[in-house]
Amino acid sequence: MTIELISILAAAIAVSFGAIGPALAEGRAVAAAMEAISRQPESAGVLSRTLFVGLAMIETMAIYCLVIALLVLFANPFVH
Amino acid sequence: MAESPLVAAVVFHLGPVPITEPVVTTWGIMAALTLLSAVATRRLAVEPRRGQAVLEIIVGALEQQIGDTMHAPARGFLPLLGTLFIFLAVANLSGVFPGVHPPTAHIETTAALALIVFLSTQYYGVRSRGLAGYLGSFARPTVLMIPLNVLSEITRTFSLMVRLFGNVMSGEFVIAIVLSLAGLFLPVPLMALEILTGLVQAYIFTILAAVFIGAATGSIEQA
Repeated sequence: MTIELISILAAAIAVSFGAIGPALAEGRAVAAAMEAISRQPESAGVLSRTLFVGLAMIETMAIYCLVIALLVLFANPFVH
Repeated sequence: MAESPLVAAVVFHLGPVPITEPVVTTWGIMAALTLLSAVATRRLAVEPRRGQAVLEIIVGALEQQIGDTMHAPARGFLPLLGTLFIFLAVANLSGVFPGVHPPTAHIETTAALALIVFLSTQYYGVRSRGLAGYLGSFARPTVLMIPLNVLSEITRTFSLMVRLFGNVMSGEFVIAIVLSLAGLFLPVPLMALEILTGLVQAYIFTILAAVFIGAATGSIEQA
Protein backbone atom coordinates (compact mmCIF):
# COMPACT_ATOMS: atom_id res chain seq x y z
CA MET A 1 0.00 0.00 0.00
CA THR A 2 1.25 3.45 -0.84
CA ILE A 3 1.33 6.25 1.71
CA GLU A 4 -1.44 8.08 -0.20
CA LEU A 5 -3.78 5.10 0.04
CA ILE A 6 -3.03 4.68 3.74
CA SER A 7 -3.73 8.39 4.30
CA ILE A 8 -7.11 8.20 2.58
CA LEU A 9 -8.04 5.09 4.58
CA ALA A 10 -6.91 6.78 7.80
CA ALA A 11 -9.01 9.86 7.03
CA ALA A 12 -12.09 7.75 6.30
CA ILE A 13 -11.63 5.72 9.47
CA ALA A 14 -11.07 8.84 11.58
CA VAL A 15 -14.26 10.52 10.36
CA SER A 16 -16.46 7.42 10.42
CA PHE A 17 -15.50 6.21 13.87
CA GLY A 18 -15.25 9.74 15.18
CA ALA A 19 -18.86 10.36 14.18
CA ILE A 20 -20.31 7.42 16.12
CA GLY A 21 -19.68 8.64 19.64
CA PRO A 22 -20.86 12.24 19.18
CA ALA A 23 -23.95 11.01 17.27
CA LEU A 24 -25.01 8.76 20.15
CA ALA A 25 -24.19 11.46 22.70
CA GLU A 26 -26.09 14.18 20.86
CA GLY A 27 -29.09 11.88 20.51
CA ARG A 28 -29.15 11.27 24.24
CA ALA A 29 -28.70 14.96 25.02
CA VAL A 30 -31.53 16.05 22.71
CA ALA A 31 -33.82 13.30 24.01
CA ALA A 32 -33.18 14.35 27.60
CA ALA A 33 -33.77 18.00 26.74
CA MET A 34 -37.03 17.15 24.94
CA GLU A 35 -38.24 15.23 27.95
CA ALA A 36 -37.34 18.09 30.26
CA ILE A 37 -39.10 20.63 28.03
CA SER A 38 -42.24 18.50 27.85
CA ARG A 39 -42.25 18.26 31.63
CA GLN A 40 -41.55 21.94 32.18
CA PRO A 41 -42.40 23.98 29.07
CA GLU A 42 -41.84 27.23 30.95
CA SER A 43 -38.11 26.52 31.31
CA ALA A 44 -37.65 25.88 27.57
CA GLY A 45 -35.50 28.99 27.12
CA VAL A 46 -32.87 28.06 29.69
CA LEU A 47 -32.93 24.42 28.60
CA SER A 48 -32.42 25.12 24.93
CA ARG A 49 -29.59 27.56 25.63
CA THR A 50 -27.84 24.99 27.78
CA LEU A 51 -28.60 22.32 25.19
CA PHE A 52 -26.96 24.36 22.43
CA VAL A 53 -23.80 24.87 24.42
CA GLY A 54 -23.71 21.20 25.37
CA LEU A 55 -24.27 20.08 21.79
CA ALA A 56 -21.44 22.34 20.66
CA MET A 57 -19.18 20.72 23.25
CA ILE A 58 -20.12 17.23 22.04
CA GLU A 59 -19.87 18.17 18.41
CA THR A 60 -16.33 19.39 18.93
CA MET A 61 -15.23 15.76 19.27
CA ALA A 62 -16.48 15.01 15.74
CA ILE A 63 -14.90 18.23 14.50
CA TYR A 64 -11.55 17.17 16.00
CA CYS A 65 -11.74 13.96 13.97
CA LEU A 66 -12.58 15.96 10.85
CA VAL A 67 -9.62 18.25 11.42
CA ILE A 68 -7.36 15.23 11.87
CA ALA A 69 -8.73 13.73 8.64
CA LEU A 70 -8.10 16.95 6.72
CA LEU A 71 -4.61 17.22 8.20
CA VAL A 72 -3.91 13.68 7.05
CA LEU A 73 -5.22 14.46 3.57
CA PHE A 74 -3.82 17.93 2.97
CA ALA A 75 -0.99 18.55 5.42
CA ASN A 76 0.48 15.05 5.66
CA PRO A 77 4.14 15.31 6.70
CA PHE A 78 4.97 11.99 4.99
CA VAL A 79 3.65 12.97 1.55
CA HIS A 80 5.77 15.34 -0.50
CA MET B 1 -9.82 17.76 -6.26
CA ALA B 2 -10.55 20.88 -4.27
CA GLU B 3 -7.59 22.86 -3.05
CA SER B 4 -6.43 22.47 0.52
CA PRO B 5 -8.65 24.29 3.02
CA LEU B 6 -5.77 24.61 5.45
CA VAL B 7 -3.57 27.13 3.61
CA ALA B 8 -4.46 30.78 3.15
CA ALA B 9 -3.67 32.62 -0.06
CA VAL B 10 -1.13 35.44 0.26
CA VAL B 11 -2.53 38.65 -1.18
CA PHE B 12 0.47 40.97 -0.86
CA HIS B 13 3.58 41.56 1.23
CA LEU B 14 3.89 44.36 3.75
CA GLY B 15 7.66 44.57 3.98
CA PRO B 16 8.78 41.07 5.01
CA VAL B 17 5.33 40.17 6.38
CA PRO B 18 3.00 38.28 4.04
CA ILE B 19 -0.60 39.48 4.30
CA THR B 20 -3.05 36.64 3.66
CA GLU B 21 -6.60 36.76 2.42
CA PRO B 22 -8.32 36.17 5.81
CA VAL B 23 -6.45 39.13 7.26
CA VAL B 24 -7.65 41.40 4.46
CA THR B 25 -11.23 40.11 4.90
CA THR B 26 -10.99 40.71 8.65
CA TRP B 27 -9.81 44.26 8.06
CA GLY B 28 -12.72 44.79 5.69
CA ILE B 29 -15.22 43.49 8.23
CA MET B 30 -13.66 45.59 11.00
CA ALA B 31 -13.81 48.71 8.84
CA ALA B 32 -17.41 48.03 7.80
CA LEU B 33 -18.56 47.36 11.38
CA THR B 34 -16.76 50.43 12.74
CA LEU B 35 -18.22 52.63 10.03
CA LEU B 36 -21.69 51.19 10.54
CA SER B 37 -21.51 51.64 14.32
CA ALA B 38 -20.24 55.20 13.97
CA VAL B 39 -23.06 56.09 11.59
CA ALA B 40 -25.72 54.27 13.62
CA THR B 41 -24.78 55.90 16.94
CA ARG B 42 -24.21 59.40 15.56
CA ARG B 43 -27.56 60.89 16.56
CA LEU B 44 -28.82 59.01 19.61
CA ALA B 45 -31.98 60.36 21.18
CA VAL B 46 -34.00 59.50 24.29
CA GLU B 47 -36.99 58.94 22.01
CA PRO B 48 -35.57 56.30 19.65
CA ARG B 49 -36.20 56.55 15.96
CA ARG B 50 -36.48 53.48 13.77
CA GLY B 51 -32.79 52.74 13.32
CA GLN B 52 -31.97 53.37 16.95
CA ALA B 53 -34.81 51.08 18.05
CA VAL B 54 -33.29 48.21 16.05
CA LEU B 55 -29.89 48.96 17.58
CA GLU B 56 -31.37 48.97 21.09
CA ILE B 57 -33.08 45.62 20.49
CA ILE B 58 -29.79 44.04 19.36
CA VAL B 59 -27.74 45.44 22.24
CA GLY B 60 -30.47 44.70 24.78
CA ALA B 61 -30.86 41.09 23.62
CA LEU B 62 -27.09 40.58 23.75
CA GLU B 63 -26.90 42.06 27.24
CA GLN B 64 -29.77 39.89 28.48
CA GLN B 65 -28.36 36.65 27.02
CA ILE B 66 -24.88 37.32 28.44
CA GLY B 67 -26.31 38.36 31.79
CA ASP B 68 -28.48 35.20 31.97
CA THR B 69 -25.44 33.05 31.22
CA MET B 70 -23.10 34.73 33.68
CA HIS B 71 -25.67 35.25 36.47
CA ALA B 72 -24.25 38.75 36.84
CA PRO B 73 -24.82 42.23 35.40
CA ALA B 74 -23.48 42.05 31.86
CA ARG B 75 -22.88 45.75 31.27
CA GLY B 76 -19.14 45.57 32.01
CA PHE B 77 -18.58 42.61 29.68
CA LEU B 78 -20.81 43.82 26.86
CA PRO B 79 -18.09 45.76 24.97
CA LEU B 80 -15.95 42.60 24.71
CA LEU B 81 -18.54 39.86 24.34
CA GLY B 82 -21.06 41.83 22.30
CA THR B 83 -18.40 42.92 19.84
CA LEU B 84 -17.14 39.35 19.70
CA PHE B 85 -20.61 38.07 18.78
CA ILE B 86 -21.30 40.75 16.17
CA PHE B 87 -17.89 40.28 14.58
CA LEU B 88 -18.24 36.48 14.53
CA ALA B 89 -21.75 36.59 13.11
CA VAL B 90 -20.67 38.92 10.31
CA ALA B 91 -17.46 36.96 9.70
CA ASN B 92 -19.24 33.60 9.54
CA LEU B 93 -21.95 34.96 7.28
CA SER B 94 -19.51 36.79 4.98
CA GLY B 95 -19.20 33.53 3.01
CA VAL B 96 -22.59 34.17 1.39
CA PHE B 97 -21.11 37.07 -0.57
CA PRO B 98 -19.61 35.81 -3.82
CA GLY B 99 -15.84 35.85 -3.79
CA VAL B 100 -15.54 36.35 -0.03
CA HIS B 101 -14.24 33.54 2.15
CA PRO B 102 -15.06 33.72 5.86
CA PRO B 103 -11.89 34.61 7.79
CA THR B 104 -12.97 32.26 10.59
CA ALA B 105 -12.42 29.32 8.20
CA HIS B 106 -8.69 29.74 8.86
CA ILE B 107 -7.13 28.69 12.12
CA GLU B 108 -5.08 31.88 12.50
CA THR B 109 -8.21 34.02 12.96
CA THR B 110 -9.85 31.69 15.45
CA ALA B 111 -6.54 31.30 17.30
CA ALA B 112 -6.35 35.07 17.72
CA LEU B 113 -9.97 35.22 18.95
CA ALA B 114 -9.46 32.33 21.37
CA LEU B 115 -6.30 34.04 22.68
CA ILE B 116 -8.32 37.22 23.30
CA VAL B 117 -10.86 35.18 25.29
CA PHE B 118 -8.08 33.39 27.22
CA LEU B 119 -6.28 36.61 28.19
CA SER B 120 -9.47 38.46 29.11
CA THR B 121 -10.54 35.50 31.26
CA GLN B 122 -7.33 35.88 33.27
CA TYR B 123 -7.74 39.68 33.37
CA TYR B 124 -11.32 39.63 34.64
CA GLY B 125 -10.51 36.83 37.09
CA VAL B 126 -7.62 38.77 38.63
CA ARG B 127 -9.59 42.01 38.60
CA SER B 128 -12.60 40.65 40.45
CA ARG B 129 -10.88 38.28 42.91
CA GLY B 130 -7.41 39.75 43.29
CA LEU B 131 -4.29 37.86 42.22
CA ALA B 132 -4.16 35.61 45.29
CA GLY B 133 -7.87 34.88 45.19
CA TYR B 134 -7.80 34.05 41.50
CA LEU B 135 -4.78 31.76 41.76
CA GLY B 136 -6.37 30.21 44.84
CA SER B 137 -9.44 29.31 42.79
CA PHE B 138 -7.29 26.82 40.89
CA ALA B 139 -6.73 24.87 44.12
CA ARG B 140 -10.40 24.10 44.54
CA PRO B 141 -11.88 21.70 45.56
CA THR B 142 -8.47 20.31 46.65
CA VAL B 143 -4.81 21.15 46.01
CA LEU B 144 -4.57 17.97 43.94
CA MET B 145 -6.76 19.60 41.29
CA ILE B 146 -4.21 22.30 40.37
CA PRO B 147 -2.65 20.47 37.38
CA LEU B 148 -6.06 19.48 36.03
CA ASN B 149 -7.46 23.00 36.42
CA VAL B 150 -4.45 24.54 34.67
CA LEU B 151 -4.71 21.92 31.92
CA SER B 152 -8.41 22.56 31.43
CA GLU B 153 -7.70 26.28 31.16
CA ILE B 154 -5.45 25.55 28.16
CA THR B 155 -7.46 22.77 26.51
CA ARG B 156 -10.73 24.67 26.59
CA THR B 157 -9.08 27.61 24.84
CA PHE B 158 -7.71 25.17 22.27
CA SER B 159 -11.11 23.56 21.76
CA LEU B 160 -12.71 27.00 21.43
CA MET B 161 -10.26 27.66 18.60
CA VAL B 162 -10.68 24.31 16.83
CA ARG B 163 -14.49 24.26 17.21
CA LEU B 164 -15.08 27.52 15.37
CA PHE B 165 -12.39 26.82 12.78
CA GLY B 166 -13.58 23.25 12.17
CA ASN B 167 -17.24 24.14 11.78
CA VAL B 168 -16.81 27.07 9.42
CA MET B 169 -13.98 25.47 7.45
CA SER B 170 -15.78 22.14 7.02
CA GLY B 171 -18.90 23.92 5.77
CA GLU B 172 -16.90 25.86 3.20
CA PHE B 173 -15.02 22.73 2.19
CA VAL B 174 -18.14 20.61 1.72
CA ILE B 175 -19.68 23.36 -0.43
CA ALA B 176 -16.51 23.48 -2.54
CA ILE B 177 -16.51 19.68 -3.01
CA VAL B 178 -20.22 19.52 -3.91
CA LEU B 179 -19.75 22.42 -6.32
CA SER B 180 -16.85 20.68 -8.06
CA LEU B 181 -18.78 17.38 -8.24
CA ALA B 182 -22.34 18.43 -9.05
CA GLY B 183 -22.43 21.90 -10.49
CA LEU B 184 -24.10 25.21 -9.93
CA PHE B 185 -27.32 24.95 -7.92
CA LEU B 186 -26.85 21.88 -5.76
CA PRO B 187 -24.76 23.59 -3.02
CA VAL B 188 -27.54 26.13 -2.32
CA PRO B 189 -29.19 24.08 0.51
CA LEU B 190 -25.75 23.51 2.01
CA MET B 191 -25.11 27.25 1.93
CA ALA B 192 -28.43 27.83 3.73
CA LEU B 193 -27.31 25.29 6.35
CA GLU B 194 -24.02 27.15 6.57
CA ILE B 195 -25.88 30.36 7.51
CA LEU B 196 -27.52 28.51 10.41
CA THR B 197 -24.23 26.91 11.48
CA GLY B 198 -22.41 30.23 11.30
CA LEU B 199 -24.92 31.99 13.56
CA VAL B 200 -25.05 29.08 16.02
CA GLN B 201 -21.26 28.94 16.21
CA ALA B 202 -21.02 32.70 16.77
CA TYR B 203 -23.58 32.34 19.58
CA ILE B 204 -21.76 29.37 21.10
CA PHE B 205 -18.36 31.05 20.97
CA THR B 206 -19.78 34.09 22.75
CA ILE B 207 -21.68 32.06 25.33
CA LEU B 208 -18.63 29.92 26.08
CA ALA B 209 -16.49 33.04 26.44
CA ALA B 210 -19.14 34.37 28.86
CA VAL B 211 -19.08 31.07 30.77
CA PHE B 212 -15.28 31.13 31.04
CA ILE B 213 -15.22 34.73 32.24
CA GLY B 214 -18.12 34.07 34.60
CA ALA B 215 -16.28 31.08 36.06
CA ALA B 216 -13.11 33.15 36.47
CA THR B 217 -14.91 35.98 38.24
CA GLY B 218 -16.83 33.48 40.35
CA SER B 219 -20.28 34.78 39.40
CA ILE B 220 -21.39 31.44 37.97
CA GLU B 221 -20.39 29.33 40.98
CA GLN B 222 -22.15 31.63 43.42
CA ALA B 223 -25.46 31.45 41.58
